[in-house]
Amino acid sequence: MTRKHWVVGLLTLACIGTAIGAVAASAAPKQQKLTNVTLQLKWVTQAQFAGYYAALEKGYYKDAGLNVNIKIGGPSITPELVVKGKQADFGIDWLPNLFATREQKSGLVSVAQVFARSGMTELTWKKSDITSIAKMRGKKVGVWCCGNQPELFAALTKNGIDPAKASDVTIVNQPFDMSLFLKNQVDAAAAMTYNELAQVLETKDPATGKLYQQSDLNIFKMASPQVGTGMLEDNVFVRGDWLKNAANQATTVKFLKASFQGWIYCRDHQADCVNITLKHGSLLGKGHQTWQMNEINKLIWPNASGIGQVPASEVNKTATIAKTYGVIKKLPTGATNYTYAGQALSQLKAAGVDVNGSKWKPATVKLTEGGK
Amino acid sequence: MDDVATSAAPRTPGLGVARRLGTGVLVLAALVGLWEGYKWLWQTAGWKWPFAVDDVTMPHLYKVVEAFWQPTTTGGPPLIRSLLDATWFTGKEALAGFLLGALIGFLIAVVLSQSRFLERGLVPYIVASQTVPILAIAPMVVVGLGSKGVAGWKAVAVLAAYLTFFPVAINTLRGLHSVDPRALQLMHSYAASRWRVLWQLRVPASVPYIFTALKISATASVIGAIIGEAPASIQNGLGGAIVNFNQYYSLEPTFLWATNVVCAALGIVFFVAVALTERLVLRGAPENIA
Repeated sequence: MTRKHWVVGLLTLACIGTAIGAVAASAAPKQQKLTNVTLQLKWVTQAQFAGYYAALEKGYYKDAGLNVNIKIGGPSITPELVVKGKQADFGIDWLPNLFATREQKSGLVSVAQVFARSGMTELTWKKSDITSIAKMRGKKVGVWCCGNQPELFAALTKNGIDPAKASDVTIVNQPFDMSLFLKNQVDAAAAMTYNELAQVLETKDPATGKLYQQSDLNIFKMASPQVGTGMLEDNVFVRGDWLKNAANQATTVKFLKASFQGWIYCRDHQADCVNITLKHGSLLGKGHQTWQMNEINKLIWPNASGIGQVPASEVNKTATIAKTYGVIKKLPTGATNYTYAGQALSQLKAAGVDVNGSKWKPATVKLTEGGK
Repeated sequence: MDDVATSAAPRTPGLGVARRLGTGVLVLAALVGLWEGYKWLWQTAGWKWPFAVDDVTMPHLYKVVEAFWQPTTTGGPPLIRSLLDATWFTGKEALAGFLLGALIGFLIAVVLSQSRFLERGLVPYIVASQTVPILAIAPMVVVGLGSKGVAGWKAVAVLAAYLTFFPVAINTLRGLHSVDPRALQLMHSYAASRWRVLWQLRVPASVPYIFTALKISATASVIGAIIGEAPASIQNGLGGAIVNFNQYYSLEPTFLWATNVVCAALGIVFFVAVALTERLVLRGAPENIA
């Protein structure tokens, strides 16, 4: 390029730049500067996180002055490490895992307990003789590894079965799909109400050629009074030192308020939230996600304390179970701080929003083969 | 992979296209026969060793092919459409990584070839770099580059480059040393500069070696891109599709198999592209064929 071309080129660029600037300025004269925030999910896109996607799609985050980037999780991602490494401001994971990382000096603090109850179950076939947790003695019992066992282990111990003793029970490390259970290679299998349970019910029984029904299964819900060892799951957490900054405290209130709005929207518009989820996870099946959305709502609603908060006794119960089964060495202190969730709730209540969902009724979702 | 390797480099130059195609079809048919035969025999006989078989562990191959035309969600696009989008995304990462890795590998080889001291000192570390599992490196690269504001897919490209550069560096180095000593003596007797010896003698001699390395790297870069997507929180590529279909494997095993087929196809496309380039380049300079 000659010198002349450079000058012409630069001038052209300058003109385009000015034009774009002018257009942008005239289009959004009062555009406030958005605060960039990153949220790290526990797993890949699914209705389990619909509230956050809804807050994004419905503009709740933007209205709060936030530009939220949602990062999906996966098998090789630990949300606590991502937040601790400052790669995300907010993270979502089960509460006992947060306790465990606090013992490794992660300094993470839970600021909202979105799921108020446990969604974990242990399944057995009705045709088997395992009609109670106590009857799992001597059986092959499947459960996921790495911090997902305590609820089941607590249930077994409560019934006099020592999960560490091979003579009492054979614990099988369960993969992410339900093949082992469907092929009867385990007698009992762990299943989340919102995911793996549906996977079984979306499979055809080769004996009858029809889908498996809930009546074919014994479903032991950890949260149920009979089992009684449910732990708190999906919570929102941040770094403790990050939360000391007043601007970040304000961001936390904004983020929680908008996220709660998203969850409230998903409570009142289940079908819409399924579509929002599918928009962000194009490979997911609609039937399966419809089931999941309904089940997730059951874990959040109703909540007498208001979404995002649970009584201290619930947190203590989770901590005690975690300590009993070696997830943590001693009971945590200062692991939860619901001050900002409380502020977000007050703002929503002042605006006349129902934050308790006491009148919410779950839908009945009919499952189809393969969850499509 | 095997049928492509043989058809890309035929032993007999006069082999007709039809015959080559025939061989390919024959090999493919044999593989399909093996799969279906194993499935049928083990299922009928009820054998459990080395592993038991049913429609979930080994779906019929025609069902895998059928899966491409099935939608993943009610009213959604067929699987093939979603997978092509994912392939395009992952292919972009792999190509960027491949080019970056090949360039870095080549430069490392050139630098090392200039000094025995450097070569002896650094080659062990280059080898050691490949013994560190990519799964351990991936989060570090993603987090490190992410904190600099680099987009996720570029971090994945760096991972692909990490797998690519090694074979290129080692093979190019060998190629640069493979010069005929008499040619080297001739250049020296002309008082040729180091630079000239490098560009007019060593580099041309190393071209066949480089292409051998590039063929290995081509498939490695695709693998690097697929593996790198998970720690980079990328859901749009083939890695994301694998995680998703893995989760729902017991519901729809064919989707995961179909995704695997597409992953393999992407690797093959990369391989064939390099093989064709090799032919074009080496045809122009037959004296370079080692």
